[in-house]
Amino acid sequence: MTTVKLVDAQGFRRTINRLAHEIVEKNKGAENLALVGIRTRGDYLARRLAAQIQEIESFAVPVGTLDITLYRDDLRGKIDQPLLQSTNILFDLTGKIIVLVDDVLFTGRTIRSALNALMDIGRPDSIQLLVLIDRGHRELPIKADFVGKNVPTSLLQEVKVRMTECDDEDAVALYSAESREEKK
Amino acid sequence: MNLKSRHLLGLEGMPREDITLILDTARSFREILDRPIKKVPPLQGKTVANLFFESSTRTRISFELAERRLSADVVSFSNVGSSVSKGETLKDTARNIEAMKIDTVVLRHSSAGAAEFLSRVVKSSVINAGDGAHEHPTQALLDMFTLREKHGTLDGIHVGIVGDISHSRVARSNIHGLKVMGAKVSVCGPATLIPRDVEQMGVMVYHRLEDLVPVVDALNVLRVQLERQKSGLFPSLREYHRYFGVTREKLASAKKPITIMHPGPINRDVELSADLADSEYSVILEQVTNGVAIRMAVLYLLSTSH
Repeated sequence: MTTVKLVDAQGFRRTINRLAHEIVEKNKGAENLALVGIRTRGDYLARRLAAQIQEIESFAVPVGTLDITLYRDDLRGKIDQPLLQSTNILFDLTGKIIVLVDDVLFTGRTIRSALNALMDIGRPDSIQLLVLIDRGHRELPIKADFVGKNVPTSLLQEVKVRMTECDDEDAVALYSAESREEKK
Repeated sequence: MNLKSRHLLGLEGMPREDITLILDTARSFREILDRPIKKVPPLQGKTVANLFFESSTRTRISFELAERRLSADVVSFSNVGSSVSKGETLKDTARNIEAMKIDTVVLRHSSAGAAEFLSRVVKSSVINAGDGAHEHPTQALLDMFTLREKHGTLDGIHVGIVGDISHSRVARSNIHGLKVMGAKVSVCGPATLIPRDVEQMGVMVYHRLEDLVPVVDALNVLRVQLERQKSGLFPSLREYHRYFGVTREKLASAKKPITIMHPGPINRDVELSADLADSEYSVILEQVTNGVAIRMAVLYLLSTSH
């Protein structure tokens, strides 16, 4: 197992900063925006982005949390279920531009689930996708509007985002197992 | 996070972690019930059969709603007009249901142990929706959920159960569940309606409501089953109301605001005064809403865990 650090705490902060600027640039301000983070780290990212947007635009963008467990397509096959947590979106999605936030974009299945979950809650004007890391290997036709960093990976590798809200540091690391057998 | 069993037959012997998991999961489902679109997809393609061999409106509708909100396909039937009245046994009914490839069976039956029996003869998951005077686990879970939402915890709170303890599956399930979760439980009712060995379940017995009221945080008021009066277990409804009916006057000795629960349907001014049932102390309608969330949690956990 080898580990490569892709982003350190400094880089993490700068990336969030840039992404916040990109969001307000693309949407010409923050008035009609709302951020929705996918549990767990997408939620923390959304909160940090909202704080940054507040600095830039002096406008408090509403932030919500989405739990997609009920919408997963692998719910039946899983041996150990994740604890179902609450979706917590306290504003009306209808008419809003939603920026959906997740840490790593991989197969696209999580995002598919999240889109379905959002549509069951309301009817936003549009949904944009922001991810901190895009590691490729899409299995569905999904593309991010805002990307922190593109990281070409092999399927044997694993990308881990760490954030101080739940880990000991802000960092992104790439783990490479020597072989598929070892990973299992 | 999975449940230990693939059936929900009763709360007796259920570990604390499992009850906590159900209550925590129900909280997430509770939020869905406040949305404009109250439907989520996790049971898509699963089929649930509701077998109600004993009449029930509230529990059946609550289960059906929970199943539909999880996107399950639902078949419901009660014994009236079905082949049960033609003499088919429970086992044959169940086998036939199973031959139709049903994933989960919800069973209400007048015989204690019916759900346990069914779980041994069919491959589907079985949920006990009340079996005789034995258990009614989802009712006790929704009572505990409601109490936990109201008081923040079940640990250390004192719950009084008032009424016909002997014949009540709601009381039995509540006692088992509440004890495991660390609550104190007392029962109160006419001596003829309190089981002789009830103390062995770890509860205290009160024969006067006035003595119980000062020590409890919540009262779970059981429905008086009118047929019990005919069998002579208490003299009259008026007398029952006088001694065991929960009224504002009897709550006067309370040390703090007491949460009033009732599994429904209420006999107003018999076991509970109409005025209290509609008062700020009553959480009776919250219980009904929470019941759907609890049943969603149980259905979800049973069908995705195994």
